[in-house]
Amino acid sequence: MDQSFFSTALVFLAAAVICVPLAKKSGLGSVLGYLIAGVIIGPFVMGFVGKEGQDIMHFAEFGVVMMLFLIGLELEPELLWKLRKSILGLGGLQVVLTTIVIAGVAMLFNFVWQQALALGMILALSSTAIVLQTLSEKGLMKTSAGQSAFSVLLFQDIAVIPMLALFPLLATLGTGNEQAADHHAAKTWVDGFPAWLHALIVLGIIAAIIVVGRIAVRPLLRIIAKTNMREIFTASALLIIVGIAVLMTQIGLSPALGSFLAGVVLANSEYKHELESDIEPFKGLLLGVFFIAVGASIDFHVVSQEYRTIILWVAALTAVKSLVLLLLGKVFKVSTEQNFIFSFSLTQVGEFAFVLFSFSLQQGVLSAETTSIMTAVVAISMALTPLVIMANEKLILPRVGTDEKEEREADEIDEKNPVIIAGFGHFGSMIGRFLRANKIPATYLDLDSDRVDALRGMGFKVFYGDASRHELLQAAGADKARIIIIAIDSPEKRLEMIETVKKHFPHLHMLVRAKNRYDAYDLMNAGMLHIYRETLDTSLRVGVDAMSLLGYRKYTAKRLARNFIKYDEANMRHLSAIRNPDDYVVEAKKYIEEMEETLQSDRQNIFMGGDTSWDPETMREEARARENIAE
Amino acid sequence: MKKILILFAHPALEKSRVHKTLLKHIGGLDHVTFIDLYEHYPDFDIDVKREQQLLLSHDIIIWQHPLYWYSAPALLKQWQDLVLEHGWAYGKNGKALSGKKVFNVITSGGGMKAYQPEGYQHCTMPEILKPFERTATLCSMDYWPPFWIPGTHKLDAAEINEFGEKYRQLLIELGIDNLNEADVEQANCINDLIEISKSNLR
Repeated sequence: MDQSFFSTALVFLAAAVICVPLAKKSGLGSVLGYLIAGVIIGPFVMGFVGKEGQDIMHFAEFGVVMMLFLIGLELEPELLWKLRKSILGLGGLQVVLTTIVIAGVAMLFNFVWQQALALGMILALSSTAIVLQTLSEKGLMKTSAGQSAFSVLLFQDIAVIPMLALFPLLATLGTGNEQAADHHAAKTWVDGFPAWLHALIVLGIIAAIIVVGRIAVRPLLRIIAKTNMREIFTASALLIIVGIAVLMTQIGLSPALGSFLAGVVLANSEYKHELESDIEPFKGLLLGVFFIAVGASIDFHVVSQEYRTIILWVAALTAVKSLVLLLLGKVFKVSTEQNFIFSFSLTQVGEFAFVLFSFSLQQGVLSAETTSIMTAVVAISMALTPLVIMANEKLILPRVGTDEKEEREADEIDEKNPVIIAGFGHFGSMIGRFLRANKIPATYLDLDSDRVDALRGMGFKVFYGDASRHELLQAAGADKARIIIIAIDSPEKRLEMIETVKKHFPHLHMLVRAKNRYDAYDLMNAGMLHIYRETLDTSLRVGVDAMSLLGYRKYTAKRLARNFIKYDEANMRHLSAIRNPDDYVVEAKKYIEEMEETLQSDRQNIFMGGDTSWDPETMREEARARENIAE
Repeated sequence: MKKILILFAHPALEKSRVHKTLLKHIGGLDHVTFIDLYEHYPDFDIDVKREQQLLLSHDIIIWQHPLYWYSAPALLKQWQDLVLEHGWAYGKNGKALSGKKVFNVITSGGGMKAYQPEGYQHCTMPEILKPFERTATLCSMDYWPPFWIPGTHKLDAAEINEFGEKYRQLLIELGIDNLNEADVEQANCINDLIEISKSNLR
């Protein structure tokens, strides 16, 4: 590989690693961190990267394709249906109204209507990443403000698809960027076909994606999952997206649209979380690179000349977006305080704007000058979000506040279950059935694809995936859960998973299954407090029933079994501390002897009388002596 | 024929001398149902419906148990708490047990003399059994004086056997309704009546 690749990678990665944590720390969010990193390494500050920024951007756009796949994956039809009113009503009207008003403003700034419309659409969008993170940090996702914001963001995510389709029609500039666009659509299979045949092929391919996604991909993933090779699963996840992207390019459609569709088709599959966690890091990294490239491509000559315009745009934008949202919140009967929270949280422009800017530059919709200015406007509006929200909290809310911490009815979408059960074999499924019988919602994870299928058939929400992976646990809602039950079969995987949970989700109570006492020692040494040997209770139940059939009193046998467990566990705690095998043998022998002695004497007590409770012999003796004296 | 239900509660029958003997004497009576609570419910998970059905199908209920700390062993209390449901056993519409008779068959380490206001225990047996009486009355049942075996520490095998025979005799006479209810209600212990009725029979 050539030298320049490594040095470019070095610059990008170093910039990201330095800037992103700093930006996050100061409350600006990761998107701004990447942008700032881009600005710093760009031609106007340090000049590490110059023109190749554009090429990198084309490459990094693949991150956008992945992002749309993930958005599609998140769109479960049930969820959409549940939120249909607020998504279509609130979200739809927000996008349409804001687009119209901003387009009007843009025309005042002397843009032609096509450009004004494009700007309106781009700037109507808000930042999913910033808003969801802010709201969930403040614990507001379940309030009506959080729910409304979520619906609007969901609609915006979907609205990007028709926007991408619409932009080529708005092209007014015959720019030199055409070759970039041509480069994408170099030669397609459908070139030279008549329009009706073209349309037919496109429809056919889309139908094929849906059919293949529904019928073929799931069995295919199942087979791959069975090989138990994680990297092959990752490879096939990437293959799906790359394949779709190539296919879409070949028929002249946007790859983003195709992968979005593929995501929706797979949204209900049991591999959803696994796919998500496999694609997530690639998407994150590529989008990061993309944002850096955006930062690097901002033309600061233009920006410094036009700073008045920029300030004016930011002010107009914030005002228009928040007023439209306030109005809609009022119409949709969001209470006053919630409405302010909702409206001001969505005032910024989203990260999709950068994607759409670069797309509209390629398509000749907007000029390079406009996109430079607007990129700065968007970045500033994002940076202002924490300030706007703080101003709302400090200045406006105290005046309108009814301070409702409202809980809406149970149809929360982002409500994650309090219990996660990893491993849904005989052990885990018994726990699952018990919890389900008592209406305790739980998320189930399992690594056996056949079993996942069978259980989904029975109506359990089981997800396929390796529960020792941090990403999968994250996707399963481990950060919101309270308890994680580790019921997986393999002792090694259990220990791996314990390490993951300890590291990333230290707040979770871990209840761990243990195969036998040696396994339980390992778990004790791993610091586990709740350990359940899988055969202990059952074997002792057999013992109790055996004693009962031999004529012992049932209650007595029960108590003896409880005592046995008590001694055994105390003994285990002692033995688990011994690492040296020789010492272990000696100590274990001693303990077993001691235990048998204790149990023996205990049994004597319970059966034959003595100083345990219930008719103690000592009391009888005393009573006899006393009454003899009295007589 | 009156049907009798014995609810027996003893957590450590292995150690008991008196109750073991009593149980030996009461076998083979068709009108008597014997329920060993600690054997049926070693986990304290009482089957409420089953226990209620049993109550409904009997006329006389006996709580048989040793007297521990002036009360019954824990499982009998659990039985009362769960089985005597509001709206079934008591309360405005709780008349299921109305008119049934109930009494305790108890053993105590202390002798009869100890259970006097001036005695070692400073109170009488009816006072100690007050919670059972109130429970019975609230459930519209007639509460009868106990069959009481006092001073168990000092009893020898022959004396215990005699109590066993008396207990069996009591169950038989209750079955054929041979006891005068007015006599029963006035008695200090139901044991006293057995000898009277025994002599009457002869």
